[in-house]
Amino acid sequence: MSTNAPITLDSKIPEGPLADKWQNFIANEKLVNPANKRKFKVIIVGTGLAGASAAATLGELGYQVEAFTFHDSPRRAHSIAAQGGINAAKNYQGDGDSIHRLFYDTIKGGDFRSREANVHRLAEVSVDIIDQMVAQGVPFAREYGGLLDNRSFGGAQVSRTFYARGQTGQQLLLGAYQQMARQIGLGNVKLWNRMEMVDVVNIDGRCAGIVCRDLMTGEFSSHAAHAVVLATGGYGNAFFLSTNAMACNVTAAWRAHRRGAAFANPCYTQIHPTCIPQADDFQSKLTLMSESLRNDGRIWVPTNPDESRSAADIPDDDRDYYLERIYPSFGNLAPRDVSSRAAKRMVDNGQGVGPLKNGVYLDFADAIDRLGEQTIRERYGNLFDMYERITGENPYNEPMRIYPASHYTMGGIWVDYELMTTVPGLYAAGEANFSDHGANRLGASALMQGLSDGYFVLPYTISNYLAQWLNKPIPDETHDEFLKIESENRDRFKQYMSIGGTRGPDYFHRELGRIIWDYCGMDRNEAGLDKALSEIPALHAEFKKDLKVTGGDTSINQTLEKAGRVDDFFELGLLMCKDALVREESCGGHFRSEHQTDDGEALRNDDDFAHVTAWEWSGDAEAPIEHREPLNYEEVEFQTRSYK
Amino acid sequence: MSVLTNITLKVWRQDGPDGQGRFESHQVPEISEEASLLEMLDIVNERLVEEGREAIVFDHDCREGICGTCSLMIDGQAHGPTKGAATCQVHMRVFSSGDEIVLEPWRADGFPLVKDLMVDRSAFDRIVEAGGFITSPTGGAPDANLIPIPKPVSDASMDAAACIGCGACVAACPNGAASLFTSAKLAHLNLLPQGQSEREKRTEAMVEMMDDHFGSCTNHGECESACPKEISIDNIALMNSDYLTSKFKNRKKLAR
Repeated sequence: MSTNAPITLDSKIPEGPLADKWQNFIANEKLVNPANKRKFKVIIVGTGLAGASAAATLGELGYQVEAFTFHDSPRRAHSIAAQGGINAAKNYQGDGDSIHRLFYDTIKGGDFRSREANVHRLAEVSVDIIDQMVAQGVPFAREYGGLLDNRSFGGAQVSRTFYARGQTGQQLLLGAYQQMARQIGLGNVKLWNRMEMVDVVNIDGRCAGIVCRDLMTGEFSSHAAHAVVLATGGYGNAFFLSTNAMACNVTAAWRAHRRGAAFANPCYTQIHPTCIPQADDFQSKLTLMSESLRNDGRIWVPTNPDESRSAADIPDDDRDYYLERIYPSFGNLAPRDVSSRAAKRMVDNGQGVGPLKNGVYLDFADAIDRLGEQTIRERYGNLFDMYERITGENPYNEPMRIYPASHYTMGGIWVDYELMTTVPGLYAAGEANFSDHGANRLGASALMQGLSDGYFVLPYTISNYLAQWLNKPIPDETHDEFLKIESENRDRFKQYMSIGGTRGPDYFHRELGRIIWDYCGMDRNEAGLDKALSEIPALHAEFKKDLKVTGGDTSINQTLEKAGRVDDFFELGLLMCKDALVREESCGGHFRSEHQTDDGEALRNDDDFAHVTAWEWSGDAEAPIEHREPLNYEEVEFQTRSYK
Repeated sequence: MSVLTNITLKVWRQDGPDGQGRFESHQVPEISEEASLLEMLDIVNERLVEEGREAIVFDHDCREGICGTCSLMIDGQAHGPTKGAATCQVHMRVFSSGDEIVLEPWRADGFPLVKDLMVDRSAFDRIVEAGGFITSPTGGAPDANLIPIPKPVSDASMDAAACIGCGACVAACPNGAASLFTSAKLAHLNLLPQGQSEREKRTEAMVEMMDDHFGSCTNHGECESACPKEISIDNIALMNSDYLTSKFKNRKKLAR
């Protein structure tokens, strides 16, 4: 059984009108004076956008910061792979954008399942992010006059997305990494690379630190701190095939959950509409084609399922531009969940294209006619090259083939307005938390949220907690609880080594991913989820009996690392299915086929499900405890999302 | 979909930095040409584990050529035969049935070997920590459109900023020099108006940190042709010129 303290969900939303809440918080929060900041140690786990920006800023402010990454360098974090852009309510294009509009678009895009106050704050600080990133040298795309350029993205009717070719995530991460590197050089931040966090340690009702495994030596060590920030990304790799990097995992978040951090809305996963379709069974990774391509590309399938002509030979009359047909006002820029489901229907209907008939066309012929190949090359050249390298097909001459794939997870560790989890002193930032995107994230909003949390939210909210610990002793690494949890983890990894079964961790991960994708993917129903809830524990039991890990545990062992991560994906997968089962409605990325309108759109149930589901660890992965945080909307009225 | 048959892999295995290295052969009877080289390694590794042998250690992560984690000498070429691509973007269709493919780690003094095909590239981080940033504390930035930057300048900065920090330039260089990496980091910031205040200090600090870890550049140009992002060696000329300027200015200060 769990020995964690019982949890209560207090969102700590500040008083006042929505637009004033963040300023009210800042005006009333407790501060730590500059000379005293040195007395506090803060651990940041993960060095992507949220982690690196938080480490840089907290280091700059004077806290003792220790940053942990399992990569060889902080710059490898998966934020680096984001292609399209970052949203901000700058209204540089004078096209009617405002903080309120970005706020509203995000709430609506999230299908009215996110917390109003958090989203408004995100829209407010979005403008500061762009200023900050430009000042630190991010080479955003510019107009010939020298001012910043913008593009539009799915789910918005304004152009508010800033971008750096197709490498926006890379440039923003390098920006944040460089700021952190400066603090490392100055001695304000200590970097631990190739160190994986494997557990959280709580003492006397507060988070006291973490336990890590050194990937190079296999040694376990404890690290005490006044506060711990988890910025460890999402759990999209639960599906095995996803656009996430190979090492992305849920371990840090899951281990925190097992130590008392509630896990919110795990069934809210985003299936991105524009990825390269799977080519064969042993493929290990899917590649995303930026959503920005939908600005100029038109999506279609042949009307006839038995079509055998090549794309160029199919006349317009025999093509179905289904997004333009069904959603005339947003067309090819319909939000991700809507576009993904539409593509799935076309493929399920037999109208898929490509050798395995598992994709739809994304066609640039009209854009090339209109703008010329050179302009398209300037906008998307690197994406076109990437596509050609992977598929062997030239997208300037024939349309791309795309299909949805797991990409981002809106669910995550439950946090209050201050980004603190249900464990005092333990924070979660970026994709690791659940906070801002509701049931569906809009394109170009992940980078915005990661940087908002790290640069502009945590540095304010963390002092509100730390202030109470000034000049009070906290337990160090010699405390019994640290020693106990360290030894538990040593035993856990020894156990993986000693099972001596017949299959490596990849096999189990692939099988688990197949179950989750089939029953908890784009289309879910009660019978399927029930099936998953019985198949996952059976496969997990087999994993515990039949796992095989070779190599030693005193030098780098990637098979052993993988075993630990897959073990945690099993328990998370169960919770995803459980969460999907109890949410008897369709909203955003969560589509229950029992709950749809006559024309197949998601049917929300605001009377019964306008809440966050936050799960408490009970000690038994099959019996989590459900809590609910009601979503009270002060400013926005529930509406049925329509992109028609 | 065509399938390649009878591929032989010759893979470098080495237990640790001080261990004795050796080539090990692995047969791949069949592999789809759609597969990437690393997916083939995944399959070989899964088979090794099932046979009770230790998997081949190699660095990789995003598998889309942007994180810079993957690093292999493929048939003696850094990142292999595909131009402008990282190891993870090399697909089997560039090989033929019956081929022998030789896989080795990056070989350079600045990158000590960790195990098998994995090396330690943390010296790159030391170079960035020495000065690869613009000092701009969070919160104090002026409006982003306050400083217009001509598009060609911004584009040139972006060309350099595209560096993924993989280390192919060092691995390809006969001297194990890190000039292309360091100069790309410098050009990214030194070309921008925001980067001017610290231009000289930055150049001196980064160049000297680079010299502590890596060999000297003798303009072979191997780095440019190995670079998966096709970063130009013109950046090295800019770095050398900036270094000279900064040294000259410092001497003037000393003379005063």
